[in-house]
Amino acid sequence: MAGAQTEGPVSVHLVNHHHGRPDSPVHRLSAALKLGPALIIIVATVLAPIQWRAWFIGVAVLLVLTAWLSQLPLFFLFRRLLVLSPFVLGVVLVNAFQPAGRDRWLAVAVKSVLCLLTVILVSNTTPFSQILRVLKSIRVPALLITTLALMHRYLFVLMDESERMRRARASRTFTRGRRFHWHTLATVVGQLFIRASERAERIYDAMCARGWK
Amino acid sequence: MHIPDGFIDGKTAAVTAVISAVGVGFALRQVRRELPPRRVPLLGLAAAFLFAAQMVNFPVAGGTSGHLIGGTLVAALLGPSAAVVVVTTVLIVQCFLFQDGGVMALGANVFNMAILNSVVGYVIYRVVCHWLTGIRGRVTAIAFAAWCATVLAAISCAGQLAWSGTIPWSVAFPAMATVHMAIGVGEGLISALVFLAVCRARPDLITETALTGQRQRLGELVRYGLLVTLGVAVFVAPFACSWPDGLDSVAEKFGFSHKMAAPLLPAPVPDYQVPGIHWAVGATAVAGAAGSLIVFALALLMGRWLVPKPKDL
Repeated sequence: MAGAQTEGPVSVHLVNHHHGRPDSPVHRLSAALKLGPALIIIVATVLAPIQWRAWFIGVAVLLVLTAWLSQLPLFFLFRRLLVLSPFVLGVVLVNAFQPAGRDRWLAVAVKSVLCLLTVILVSNTTPFSQILRVLKSIRVPALLITTLALMHRYLFVLMDESERMRRARASRTFTRGRRFHWHTLATVVGQLFIRASERAERIYDAMCARGWK
Repeated sequence: MHIPDGFIDGKTAAVTAVISAVGVGFALRQVRRELPPRRVPLLGLAAAFLFAAQMVNFPVAGGTSGHLIGGTLVAALLGPSAAVVVVTTVLIVQCFLFQDGGVMALGANVFNMAILNSVVGYVIYRVVCHWLTGIRGRVTAIAFAAWCATVLAAISCAGQLAWSGTIPWSVAFPAMATVHMAIGVGEGLISALVFLAVCRARPDLITETALTGQRQRLGELVRYGLLVTLGVAVFVAPFACSWPDGLDSVAEKFGFSHKMAAPLLPAPVPDYQVPGIHWAVGATAVAGAAGSLIVFALALLMGRWLVPKPKDL
């Protein structure tokens, strides 16, 4: 993670809700109305045989239309697609050299790009809390939801904390030996775990103080 | 190892989803029963920790860097059921928020990385801990367990890709296994170093979780064991085993036998054959066992090197 070139907290650059206006028609749509169709699109796209050209084109048109309506910056979408698909690119390259693999390659590439774009659009126009509410309404166990909510809440806190620890370490460590480097990095990660579990204790106290359970 | 959408076909997605749902459901029930309410927020925080820890890059030779995967580490720190829940949470957030791993492939990813990795890592960790006591034994155990769990998860991933007909087994297995045998060494080393760091700073955090509920844990592990065996039997056995034509008959039935291609990537031990042994499965097993022994020896050496004197924890 290259933290040096950024001024603010790391989290802003990694995620997404900061792009686009939160009041576009797509943003305003209720979460269930986005998640349901998105799931249907993904399942159908994965299952569809490659001969169903019309389906793939239809999904692509729908996604482009949604992207346009959601007013997310095009460059941002494109960059996310490229950054996220090294695995796709790798397999596509491997398959491209196979003698009879071209059709399959095309199918895999088209399917994964369409699914990726669907998830990118949904996750960038829907707040995570709303996704959780939908999961709750379809009877996902409460413990999993609590865990997901807490993770999402403290993810960026801990990432910023690890960034602060990285900076502190960088300003104090002068040895360049690799052995010590791994040692210090591992100590930082271990310390992060300790801080996380101490924070969990404090969170529990705070939750109890506010009448949890 | 995150499988994106489009790489897994319908039947594999359905089977992995069912197995993973059963496994995660069981883990949730177990955690609810076993974990005191005081430690419930720790699950979410541990998931956030795992995510943040995966962002820390460890420099590897040649300008590349690797990062922690962490299933085994979390299992050793919090116990197997908590680890399954924690890693599943991380995978769900990575899938929805960061689009790392597909939605349809979520079941497969959860099976490989949350269930298989954590459970196998935990079992191996406990077994080795039983032999080698003290903090040195624990460090050795976690390094070895992390390596085994990483390689096994990669093989299961290769099996799923092959079963989906995306990448032929002859390409996927050698590629995934060899790459992850190397990655696993780094994973083992990082896990051991992090574990040691936690041990030194807050030994109470580790003893508290690792020593509770020994009796219950056996039944828990048996159930996970059944689930993992079922998954491995479905995804890996048809390919690894020399049953007359496990895959061939399936391939012909579904009409993609023409898609099977010759292996692309030459393996260091060609086709995992050890000279003198002609039975392919046996040869693979012998090569795997030899690799495991070497890694175990390395882990022992590392334990000795990292922990100067055996001390009681």
